[in-house]
Formats: sequence, structure tokens, C-alpha cells
Amino acid sequence: MSIPRFWRNIKSRYDLIGKQCKSCKSIYFPPRNFCPKCRRIGELEDYKLKGKGEVVTYTIIRTPPDGFDMVSPYIMGIVELEEGPMLTTQIVDADVNEIYIGMPVERVFRKIGEDGDAGLIYYGYKFRPAPKEE
Amino acid sequence: MNRVAVIGLGLTKFGEMWDSSFTRLFVEAGAAAVEDAGMDGKDIGAIYIGNMSGGRFIDQEHISSLIADRAGLNPISSTRVEAACASGGLAVRQAIMAINSGMHDIVVAGGVEKMTDVLTEKTTQTLATASDTEWEAFLGMTFPGLYAMMARRHMYEYGTTREQLAMVSVKNHRNAMDNPYAQYHTEITVEQVINSPLVADPLRLLDCSPITDGAACVILASEKKAKDFVDNPVYITGSGQASSTISLHSREKITTVDATVNAAEEAYKRAKKDAKDIQVAEVHDAFTIGEIVAIEGLGFFEKGKGGIATEEGLTERGGKIPVNTSGGLKAKGHPVGATGVAQVVEIALQLRGEAGKRQVDADIGLTHNVGGSGGTAVVHILEK
Ligand SMILES: [Zn+2]
Repeated sequence: MSIPRFWRNIKSRYDLIGKQCKSCKSIYFPPRNFCPKCRRIGELEDYKLKGKGEVVTYTIIRTPPDGFDMVSPYIMGIVELEEGPMLTTQIVDADVNEIYIGMPVERVFRKIGEDGDAGLIYYGYKFRPAPKEE
Repeated sequence: MNRVAVIGLGLTKFGEMWDSSFTRLFVEAGAAAVEDAGMDGKDIGAIYIGNMSGGRFIDQEHISSLIADRAGLNPISSTRVEAACASGGLAVRQAIMAINSGMHDIVVAGGVEKMTDVLTEKTTQTLATASDTEWEAFLGMTFPGLYAMMARRHMYEYGTTREQLAMVSVKNHRNAMDNPYAQYHTEITVEQVINSPLVADPLRLLDCSPITDGAACVILASEKKAKDFVDNPVYITGSGQASSTISLHSREKITTVDATVNAAEEAYKRAKKDAKDIQVAEVHDAFTIGEIVAIEGLGFFEKGKGGIATEEGLTERGGKIPVNTSGGLKAKGHPVGATGVAQVVEIALQLRGEAGKRQVDADIGLTHNVGGSGGTAVVHILEK
């Protein structure tokens, strides 16, 4: 991914900043420029997500794309955040036999990938198992 | 919509066609369709081509010009349409709309993909561009991975079993045995599927459609014009297309491809038909779970019952509703841009009674083509 393309979303990738629609209060992550419910532009403001959620579904990638060979096999999942939105993420610090649907997870800041051997290193969110809150 | 006649059908053999270039594939399917219609190329008013990624697979954009040129169809209008694996279905729909608008009487809808000129990694990466590049693929998600997450959730919510997924593959391979155009002519067993290498748990290699070269072509005509060429054409009586979120995580429900539900609703309404009227169907089984989710979304079976219906043989030839008599994407092969057109070819052959050893008894059939993990779906209904 090109540097400007990565940079453009750095707030979301580093700090899990989504968007909230000012009129209908819907929260979006990944961020949107446009609320599909209200269909009005310019009515979305930054919204920081807490980074806590639950595994909705998952898979273990055994045939990784380019740049992910080193970490294969690895767990990818869809996580539903406490605030409502769902996102796709790698799930780390969990054994492939340990992961389950409904597992509570929390966000961590990790390396996502790099552009070749001497290129830019991309960081962003991943999720790991979290202790269940009472 | 006015019903549109299908007057010509053309297919190439599907597979690793190392001797055939992109243009040769398309021209071969196109020539077969023109011959089948018993017509002359000069009657054609326009052409629509489904192609997912000429740019990445053969370093060629401007496919529309290339095809018209090499097929000797200049100066008629030629348009490429793209919706990943649903590109072919879109081409058929554009052709229907061109005829229904009154702009043209005879229109070609074709689809072509040449996938084996690049290394497998490049093919895999290209297919992943059908997902959300920034918020799925960039993070390490793969195309099989998305369907695997659908499968995992389907198993969790509805008790669908690993064996039931495998049975989709086994059935489709059996059907392909009787399809001379299919990529594979190999029967497989449930044991072979569930012991094949893991790709993205719970999906294994034999749950996944292959990498395929191929082209397909249909010639469509207004009902009035069709009579000049054929006595009893089959007709496309319904067409539906719907969009949904490109990323799986943004969907209302992980286990329902809502674009399929919405496209089917539109197609049924236009054809004044219902799911229960459909007697044969070609559905988008890029992965085994895809067929299970499709037969539920199209309304053939209740939500969550697709796995058990497959296990009970209801989708076999001779079952309640034969699904993927061609062998489906799994065994016939999946040249992505051509698939949606090839599905129409199969159903038209079935309705004409020209499907050879895989013939089933049907007057009404349906095709179902999906782009990505469900960002686009196209459904067509055909009748005798
Ligand atoms: Zn809103």
C-alpha cells in the first residue's frame, strides 16, 4: 500500500478512531465519509472506540498472502466492538486451538507488515484475548 | 421487463488452457455462439463483456476495444463491465437492458478470464482485490478466509457440519463428470475433501474453486427479432442485481449474503415467479459454503437448512432442485469474468434439452452469480 494511502487512515489504524453521525448517532468503523443511513455528507465526526469486543467469527489462514508468510498460520477474525461496529482483524497472543466464537478480546498496537526489506513498516490494530469483565 | 430470447450459446473448454490466449478464448466462445444462433455477425448491435481483471492477469486494460477488434465486430459499441466474480452476470444483465431499452435488437453478452498466465500468488492477490483492500486484505485477510469465516459462523449458528460442506464439492465433481467443458473429470469423496490440505479453517483445498481459463458467450435478442433465427428459443424472463457492503464485517448478518436475497427478490418479481417454481439452478459455489448460503438466500431452503438439504440429496440431479448440474464453479472451473455467462449457457442447455448425460427435467431455471464475498449479486430466471 502506498505511503499516502496508509497515512490517510493513520488515526483509525493507530488509535481506532471511527466516525459518528451527528444526526442519527450511528458509529462507523472502519470510518466512513458519508452516513449511509442519513445520506448527508459533512455530518460525521471522529469517535474514539475503546477497543474492547467479542469474536463473531474467525479463521486460521494457512495459505497467507505475500508478506504474511513469516507469521503463518495466523488467526483472522471479525470482532464486534462494544460500541457496535464490527471489524476484520488479526487475533494475536492466542493459540489456534484456543480461539472461539464469543471470546472477549481487546485491541493491541502491533506491526501489520512492511513494504519490502528496506521499506516502510506499517503498524496498526490487532486484537488479543481479554479477561472477561464482571 | 420484456422477456429476452437466448438465441446463441458458446463456451470454451474450461481449465489451464496454456495454448489459448485471452483473445483466442473469447473469439472461440463468440464464434460458437454465432454459429449456434445460425446468424451472421453483422446482425449484432452491441457487445458487453464481463472481465474481472485483464489489467492484473494479462496487463491489458481496454478489453472492450481488444475484443471488438479481434472478433471482427468493429465498429459496433463494445463495453466491459466489472464486478469481480459477478462480472459475467452483469454483462448478461446489461445486454438485457440494452434490448429492453429498445436501443438494440441483438446483443452479445460474453465473459472471459485468462488466469494462468501469472503465478499463483499473483492470482491469489488479484482475487483478494474483490474484497476491501484497505480494511480486509491489507490486514492479512484472504479471499478463502472470508468464506471460511462465513462457514465457521454458519456451523456455529445452524449446526452445519464439516461433512455437509464436503458434500457440495462431491456432488459438483460428480456432475462435472458428464460435462465435456468442465475443468475436472474426477470424482471425489467426502473423506478426500475433509482430508485435503487446510487453506483457511474450516475450509480445505477441495472446498475451493480452482484457477481457470475460459470464456462463455450468449447472444440475446428481442422476442420479435429472435423469430428470424430460431423457432423455440428459451427466454430470460427475470433479472435482478443488488449491492451490499464490500467488506464482510459491515454486513447485518455474516451468514446471509443480503445481495443474493435482494437480487433474487427482484428477479422473481420481474419473472412473476417464486423460489418454489425453480426446477434447476446454477449457483455461485466459489467455496462450498457459498452454495449452502446461496440455496438458502435464493429461498430454495429455509435459512440454516442448506447443509442438511445437501446431505439429504435434495440438490442432486433427481433431487427436489438440482443445483450446479454443470459441475459448478468448483468442478466446471471458475474463470471469474466468464462464470456468470457460463451459468446462463448451462441453464439454457438444460431447458433446451441439450445437456446430454447431465440432463434434468426442467422448464424454469435460475442463475446466481456473486462478486467478492457478496458485495454484488446477480440473478437471472430462464424459461422454456
Ligand atoms: Zn446518520
